[in-house]
Amino acid sequence: MFTNAGTSSFTAFLSKVAPEMLPGRRPLPPGMAADMAPHATTIVAISASGGVVMAGDRRATMGNLIAQRDIEKVHPADAYSLVGIAGTAGIGIELMRLFQVELEHYEKIEGAMLSLDGKANRLASMIRGNLGAAMQGLAVIPLFAGFDLAAADPARAGRIFSFDVTGGPYEETGYDAIGSGSLFAKSALKKRFRAGLSVDDAVRLAVEALYDAADDDTATGGPDLTRRIYPVVMTATAEGTHRLTDAETATIAESVVSGRMENPGG
Amino acid sequence: MAMQFYASPEQIMRDRSELARKGIARGRSAVVLSYEGGVLFVAENLSSTLHKVSEIYDRIGFAAVGRYNEFENLRRAGVRMADLNGLSYDRRDVTGLGLANAFAQTLGAIFTEQSKPFEVEICVAEVGATPEDDSLYRLTYDGSVNDEPGRMAMGGQAEAITGVLKNEHRPEMSLAEAVRAAVKALSSVGGEGGAARTIAANQLEVAVLDRRRVGRTFRRITGAALTGLLDGDASADAAPAPGRAKTPTVPTEEAKKPTTSAGSADLEGQPQEEQPGE
Repeated sequence: MFTNAGTSSFTAFLSKVAPEMLPGRRPLPPGMAADMAPHATTIVAISASGGVVMAGDRRATMGNLIAQRDIEKVHPADAYSLVGIAGTAGIGIELMRLFQVELEHYEKIEGAMLSLDGKANRLASMIRGNLGAAMQGLAVIPLFAGFDLAAADPARAGRIFSFDVTGGPYEETGYDAIGSGSLFAKSALKKRFRAGLSVDDAVRLAVEALYDAADDDTATGGPDLTRRIYPVVMTATAEGTHRLTDAETATIAESVVSGRMENPGG
Repeated sequence: MAMQFYASPEQIMRDRSELARKGIARGRSAVVLSYEGGVLFVAENLSSTLHKVSEIYDRIGFAAVGRYNEFENLRRAGVRMADLNGLSYDRRDVTGLGLANAFAQTLGAIFTEQSKPFEVEICVAEVGATPEDDSLYRLTYDGSVNDEPGRMAMGGQAEAITGVLKNEHRPEMSLAEAVRAAVKALSSVGGEGGAARTIAANQLEVAVLDRRRVGRTFRRITGAALTGLLDGDASADAAPAPGRAKTPTVPTEEAKKPTTSAGSADLEGQPQEEQPGE
């Protein structure tokens, strides 16, 4: 089963040899299943000059309860791209791992990376595969962003793609957010975003937007100063993906919080 | 009427072995050895795109000689198996031994069941924490597996190459020393009248599994970095940088380009740093 000439796609390979490992291939009993598993919430992505920034809060909820305080929803998809997951946490994490393997697998088999658009299209088809479960309330929506190595202008190489349960991708200009707090995060970004931001400014802006989301959405967690749990912030630039250390995000989050002490609306 | 002649199983196996051995001996050779900083692969290869040396998984590399289509088929199978197991279990659960066993089963089955055996010889190498922990497995066309002691040569005139390599190789060698030893061994055969010859840098395919990295450890060494190593440039030794790739196809050492595998990135850099809350 391993030696057939086959495809360069890992999910296509799985669909032949181990279809039960693909999230969309499992039979679900009829009925709504929306409230049976934790939900991951808000992710924001902002394109900056020379890269892109993605940040996610740390909360997972189950109905009115907090299921987890320190879940990590933003991950590197490969060396130059980032993926954040909102929706049903278990399926989201599984899809994200599968997507990481998919990109690495292609790279190893073909000896070259997929283009950024190719990666986004792959992710779209994987999300579409989960449509049945999504219709029963177990939806997963990713946000995908990366540094486009083929871009003519490196300053504009940071690109963001959004998706819906039926697939996508939809390329976004400037910024985007997903998850329950996305409405508030996007409203905040609408007023504060400027084209050509530096990466550092975009990082700060992302943490501010998550604060605004947490301010108005109970399912989004703000910076937790007592437990020292801060948003996960990652960047993708020509140097590759980078996750800000806890110390760095702590500094930014504390400065955002102290700013809000003066002016709660930011 | 066509007569069916009897051929003994012994004869059939001997004929197949001979076919495979002849096929392998026609090709150019490759050597694999461990050095202080990892595992080094050096293959003589006229093509810069049809690789004889490649990555299988985080700490596992693959080198082969013989027919390209046949070992490429095995390589793809290895990548698929490694990725499947790594996804089902954990990235740490993919081992060189497991892959070597799978390759041995495949090669053994092809040797006995198909009318033509694979004309390939392959090496599965796994880099460990120290040179003593490295494992190098040699797999031959009939599915036999050998655990090699830190160095091996494959291909035409492998025995002569192994002889030179044995004299030159020490596990605590630096990268530059290891590359020069490997090239000396490869070029010790094939000259006129059995004399040594010179192999140009663009006819060498060089890659390492870097012991000190976390995540994906496989790196190709090309261009200026390679010629630097061959000329004995000490600075190139410390920081191998590639010359060729403009847009990085596979992440290389250039400008500290990210080499993290996304899947294993979560493991990276966590023990030492960024846990202020603990």
